[in-house]
This record gives sequence, C-alpha cells and structure tokens, in this order.
Amino acid sequence: MSAPADATTALKARFPQVTDRASLDHPAVNVPAADVPAVLKYLREEFAFDLLADVTAIDWAEGVSPRFTVVYHLLSTTGHAYLRVAANCASDAAPEVPSVVDLWAGANWHEREVYDMFGIKFAGHPDLRRILMWDEYPHFPLRKEFPLAGIETPLPDPAVVAETGAKAIPAPMMGGPFVAAPGEINLTEAEPRAKDESWNERRSKPE
Amino acid sequence: MATDFSFPDAGAKAAAAAAPAEFQTEKMSLSMGPSHPSTHGVLRIQMELDGEIVTKADPVVGYLHRGDEKIAENMTYNQFVPYTDRLDYLAPLANNMAYAIAVERLAKLEVPPRCQAIRVITAEMARISAHLLGLGAYGIDVGAWTVFLYTFTEREKLYKLFEELTGARFTTSYTRIGGVARDVPEGWTGRVDAFCDQFLPILEMILNLLTRNKIFMDRTVDVGVISKEDAIAYGLTGPNLRGSGVPLDLRKDKPYSGYDQYEFDVAVGSKGDCYDRYLVRGEEMRQSVRIIKQAIAKFPGGPWYATDAKRIFAPPKDKILTSMEELIQNFMLVTEGPQMPAGEVYFEAENPKGALGFYVVSKGGGVPWRLKIRAPSFCNLSILPKVCVGAMVSDVVSILGSLDFVMGECDR
Repeated sequence: MSAPADATTALKARFPQVTDRASLDHPAVNVPAADVPAVLKYLREEFAFDLLADVTAIDWAEGVSPRFTVVYHLLSTTGHAYLRVAANCASDAAPEVPSVVDLWAGANWHEREVYDMFGIKFAGHPDLRRILMWDEYPHFPLRKEFPLAGIETPLPDPAVVAETGAKAIPAPMMGGPFVAAPGEINLTEAEPRAKDESWNERRSKPE
Repeated sequence: MATDFSFPDAGAKAAAAAAPAEFQTEKMSLSMGPSHPSTHGVLRIQMELDGEIVTKADPVVGYLHRGDEKIAENMTYNQFVPYTDRLDYLAPLANNMAYAIAVERLAKLEVPPRCQAIRVITAEMARISAHLLGLGAYGIDVGAWTVFLYTFTEREKLYKLFEELTGARFTTSYTRIGGVARDVPEGWTGRVDAFCDQFLPILEMILNLLTRNKIFMDRTVDVGVISKEDAIAYGLTGPNLRGSGVPLDLRKDKPYSGYDQYEFDVAVGSKGDCYDRYLVRGEEMRQSVRIIKQAIAKFPGGPWYATDAKRIFAPPKDKILTSMEELIQNFMLVTEGPQMPAGEVYFEAENPKGALGFYVVSKGGGVPWRLKIRAPSFCNLSILPKVCVGAMVSDVVSILGSLDFVMGECDR
C-alpha cells in the first residue's frame, strides 16, 4: 500500500493509456471507459482510495464529441486525499461505461442516478432502473437539450390519468430568477421568458 | 417458503422446512410511506415481509426531486445560494457554507479570517440545531416523547439567533460567493456564547433521558448494525460512518474555513448499531459547543468579505448608491454573475448529515456548466436494502431514525 499522493504517477506507469486531466484542486486523470473498473480497483487496492464519494456525468452539449464524460471522485479514509477519475463515453448516441457496483456497493444508486439523468448505460449493473424520476419517464432531464421548464409528459398511472386528466406540464418561466442564456446575442431569445414553453402573455395557462 | 432470516435457530429452521406445505407461511408485501411519520419526509420503502421479519427492502426515492442541478445550470452562482438552503433544510447555514467554499475554490479565492470564523460558528450552530431535531424526532420514533419537547425548546433559541443574524429563521441564504450577506450584529457573539453556556447542562439532561433508558436501549442496541466495511462500501459519511468506527471527519482530515485552528475530538462508535450512531450525535453536539466557544474567544476583526474580489463580491450598499464605479460593479455582478475561471473543482464539507459535496464544472463566466450535488442523505439511504433485511418491522423505524436523513437533500 502506497501513499495516495503518488497515485497518479504510479497509475500512469501501470496503465499507459491513462492521461492527466486539468483540475483546479485534486489530482485528476482521464481513463478510457473500458478501463474504469480495472483502474478503480487498482487505486482502491494499492493506494487505499477506499471510499467512492461520488459518481456523476457531464453533458458537453449536443454536437460535441465526445459528448458525455462520467466522473468518479474517490476519497481515501486513511490517507485523506481525493482523486478524480474521468472517462469519456465512446458513443455519443448510446453512451455506455462499465459498472463498478462489484467494487463498491454504493455505486449502485449513483449509477442509477446518472442513468436516470443522462441516459448513460452502465454495463453489468444489476438493477439499472430510474431512481429520481418515475420508471416510465421518457426523457433524460440533465441532458443539455432538455428544456429548463420541462416537457409535457403523461403521468405513469393510467387509472389516475383517466380519473383526473392530470399530467406533468412544463413550469412557467415568467418572472423566474433565471439569467439570460450565456453566449446568445439576440436579447429577446436570450431572455428567460423565451424559454417559457407553457404559458405567457400570448398563450393562456393550460387547464 | 421460509427464508434464512426468519429462523436464526437452525433447529427451528429445519422443523419449519419439514412442515407440510399448508403450514408454510406466505410472504407479504408492505409499502411504508411516502407519508409515514418515521420516514421523516417523503420516502417510501417497498418491503417484503415474512411475518414480522423484513426479507427485502427497496427504498423508493425521488418524491421531492426538484431538479436543483438543472436549475443551477441556468442561474448565476449567487442566485443558487437560496436553493442550497432547501437541500438539508435542517442545517441551511452549513449548506450555504459548503456551496460558497466550493465556488471560492473554483475562483481560488481566500476569504478573510473573520468571514471564516463567522462561517464556522454558524455551521456548528446549524449542526447543533440539526442534531437536536434528529434526536427529538428519533425519540418520538422509538417511543420517547419528552426528548422532543426539550430539544425543540433549544432549537427555538438557536432560531432566534439565526433570525438576528440572517433575517430568517429557516431558509437563511446567508453566504455569498466571497463572503457572507452581512457582518454579525453588535453583541451577537456574546449572545451565542451565553446560549452555549446554558445549553451544555440542558444537553446533558436531554441525553440522560435516553442514554441509559431501558426502552430506548431495547429499541437501538444491536439493531441495524453496519460494519466498518459496509459503511465504507456504501459511501456512508458523517455520524453514520463514524458510528461504525471509521474516524473520518473532514473538519479534521481535510480542514477548511480554518477548522484546523480549533481543538475538538471526533466521536467514533464501536459497534455500528443504532445506539452508537445516537451516541456519536450526542457527542458531536458537545464538540460543536467547544468549537463555537473557541471561535468566539478568538473572533478576529477585519473585513468580513473578500474586499479585493471586485468581480465576485458586491460592494457595500452605500457605495453602490453614491459612487459610479461601484454601481457599475454591482450591475455587472447582478446581471452576469460572479466571474469564474474555467475548470472544475470538487469540495466536500462535513455537514450534520455527512459529507455534502459540490462538483462545479465551469466554462468561465457567471453560470456553472454543471453543478453536481453529492448528497450525504442519498448515499446514507442506499444502505437500507442491506441493513433492513433480517430486521423486524419495528426495527426499520429505529434504523431510519438512526440514519437521520433529509429527503430534500436526498432527492434534490
């Protein structure tokens, strides 16, 4: 077992495909998606990165390739150091990375959440269901093309829908605290109210 | 079919297996929550029971999902501060601080010592307040009503102090990127000190109501045991991890906001059962009082916000109204947000519920590209399918209370 501070150097010697990743705080590495379980296992066994603090993903926007990056944050409970491991998904249309549930049981819920929010599949996950949204929900809300207001969606229970006619409707954006979208030149388009897809001065509130 | 969990006694198990088919018990499915008093919010647990014994537990979370991470991508850094109040809404001041430090790390900004001390005092007060509620609610869960009345009286005193400092009792929104909303009022630290002095004996009395209470011990000792290995594997943090005997406290191990200047002990459990987690929380409150008293004793003077960070922290109000340069500065801050460099940071703070993490990915400018909130309650709840199996239904109530989660944070 070696000190967590030496981890990135040793990691790059052991896995030549691992590269440094720009970071403002903790050491960080880029790893090919297929090697994630092997690299994390090595870090856990050799450098005591025993706690998987977080698994999340970044969507770099539609049209950017690679579009999805899955990010793991490891913490050593004995060496008190963090390490960030990032893996780009090979496919932009059907992103997939191997699951690390075998290494950390706690990865189960984290990976379910990433799948729920981004639609990134975790190969080998024992129970890859949605976790925060309901099972039948058709969208992946944290993808960049998903509008802030939401998208009209039927509710999952047909009996409730038949009785009440209720559905999930987009939220009103009028008067929200949201700022103008960065990078847009046309102010009318960049304004928060342009994002409003449900009701505004021109369209009345749906029943 | 009877399962392994139903019969710890091998002889009884063999006898049950040999019994004729019509005597075999049927499994029952039970949905606990989403509005059940012991689920402390909107958590549902889909359980499979064999008689009184839980053979399978599947927590269903997400009832309080508001899309905070999506919202964060659409507003400036300061605009998101009120949303952090609503994560762990029992300790908003601690959330405010964790978020502010994460973004300050992105900007490589150091706040002055006075600001750090204010944040430490408020975060520790928030910890006491959160643990008091956790303790009171836990008492009710396992049948001790009285504790709740005392802890809520103390919380009320804390809320008076919060109100005086921030203008709000509950949703404080106190920090700004690069500082806090306002300096402490005249004499406020003295009143916090006086609160601490009168609180310690009351805390002992509250803990004495439970610590050697026969009913409380029957409900918690050896119930919901989480081993060291399991606690780490499931990413438990905070009192739940320390209750299992792992001495990880980020205030000590990765000090932030000047926690390294204060002396305090890290409480650690030995067995990892519900009782240990209760003991850890009790001790943490004593240690919080210790930290607050030290921070007040050497409360530094000087500025209470980063005065040199002109593109991050707004100038004083009187200057905005009288000086052109400050007016423009404030206008730019409000419309475009605090200006951040491109890059990514991950910061975890030791919150009452565990390590609250913020992973901020910036492409520059005043709006984050991605903000991930690592919620300790989410990770702490993920161990439920493991720890509930084999427990009695009434133990599930004990276990839930001892994990001390908040759904606002879990679902985000």
